Amino acid sequence: MKIGVVGIGHGKFGRRNDVTVQELSFEPFSEAMEDAGINQSDIDATIIGSSPEYHKQRSLPGVVTEYIGMNPKPAFLTEAACASSSAALYSAYGFIKAGMFDVVAVIGVQKMMELSTPEILALMGRVGDVQWESNFGTTFPGYYALYARRHMHEYGTTEEQMAQVAVKNHHYGVKNPKARFQKEITLEKALGSAMVASPLKLYDCCANADGAACLIVANEEKTKKLSDTPVWLEGVGSATAPFSVLNRPSISTIPSAVDAAIQAYKMAGVEPKDIDLADVHDCFTIGEIMAYEDLGFCKRGEGGKFIEEKQSYHDGKIPVNVDGGLKSKGHPVGATGTSMAYEAVKQLRGDAGERQVAGAEVALTHNVGGIGQYCFVNIYKR
Amino acid sequence: MGFERFGKVSFAPFTKVSKFVDFLDEGKIKGTVCSKCGTFHFPPRGDCVSCPSTEIEWKEISGNCELVTFTTIHAAPTGFEEDKPYTLAVVDLEEGGRALGWLDGLTEGDLSIGMAMKLEIKNLPGDKYIFVLKK
Repeated sequence: MKIGVVGIGHGKFGRRNDVTVQELSFEPFSEAMEDAGINQSDIDATIIGSSPEYHKQRSLPGVVTEYIGMNPKPAFLTEAACASSSAALYSAYGFIKAGMFDVVAVIGVQKMMELSTPEILALMGRVGDVQWESNFGTTFPGYYALYARRHMHEYGTTEEQMAQVAVKNHHYGVKNPKARFQKEITLEKALGSAMVASPLKLYDCCANADGAACLIVANEEKTKKLSDTPVWLEGVGSATAPFSVLNRPSISTIPSAVDAAIQAYKMAGVEPKDIDLADVHDCFTIGEIMAYEDLGFCKRGEGGKFIEEKQSYHDGKIPVNVDGGLKSKGHPVGATGTSMAYEAVKQLRGDAGERQVAGAEVALTHNVGGIGQYCFVNIYKR
Repeated sequence: MGFERFGKVSFAPFTKVSKFVDFLDEGKIKGTVCSKCGTFHFPPRGDCVSCPSTEIEWKEISGNCELVTFTTIHAAPTGFEEDKPYTLAVVDLEEGGRALGWLDGLTEGDLSIGMAMKLEIKNLPGDKYIFVLKK
């Protein structure tokens, strides 16, 4: 039995001082219902992906499901840091496949910009292993900086190649009205920006944002009934890697991504060369370079060359992050997974306007959680 | 229990391996060895990751290590504002296992990945400890 996507919705990412977290969730949910031509009575459950520690509201699913009108159907949260809504989608897939639900609403939502600077700074230090690493003052960019330095040492990757990822994703962000930033940047601007954690500078790092995106998924029968242009979720893969950087054998790769991708490719019956476009986790520019390698788009160590040769632009081998990626969209932690899925589906429907990858038949999403401890890779086909 | 004395800021005051800090008081950095299967753990663990036994012994490390990677933090989290910029280094220990440390008396320019370094204990104000890396 295949699982299909019947409805998609995406709110504006950015500083959303106009809404509460439940109001933020309502936008893409109602858009997705309208897209599918259904209402709440047709949906069997709600699964929410979010990183709860950013919100003043405790236990998000309660307030969100009430507001979006999904009581009394089952609802709960899945959490996998930056891959929380991919975890939600993964769960929905399993539930539908098991025949427990026919139609599930998956909502990725994050409202993180209400926190004060001290609150954010306090959270920043607890990204890694708090027993053995946070006590040294590690930070999220700090971890990816450790990976970047190692990648540069092992493969000769340069700061310029990393900055080229930022230039590409800002270029594409201009065409995405839902992105937080819609402004091109030059290579010089990226390279000249302030150091955050060497060698990563300001423009190597994604920004925080508030945002929500929704996917409504259904079993084969319902999908065929509801959609003229069904998009199928044909491959799902998920894996974990040691949380602590002190226990991870190689740190110039995200091993959970390698493992998750192998599963997804196998299940979907495709190889890297069959992928027409991908949305990958560019929380930091080096993240995208490692993704090219971990997903098999290029050989290990040639990720820098891949971006330098513009292979991840529209006329390259595999367009990557043509919705602007996390770099332009911003990274509302819990919403990023469903945001990636939204783009994949839009592209396969042929509905991506200026961003359209011509003739797209197979799309991949790659959503990493935290500093690499979780990864979910999904493959969609039309 | 004492473990809150390890690190500039501590978020995990309670642990099975709080003896770690008692050994730091003696000037010794120790990891744990599983009594059943011999797996060495650094950072130390009270539960063996391989077999799972909870019978462990403590083993001192030499401090000899090799540089794996490093970064200098400019945007610091709460509790580290006065220290920025500070350089973190990850090292592979001679005995197996890995450690994190701050650079002490060295800058990024002195580093090359793969170089031999020495992991040492440093006292911090407030009767605390941190690890530092020297050439």
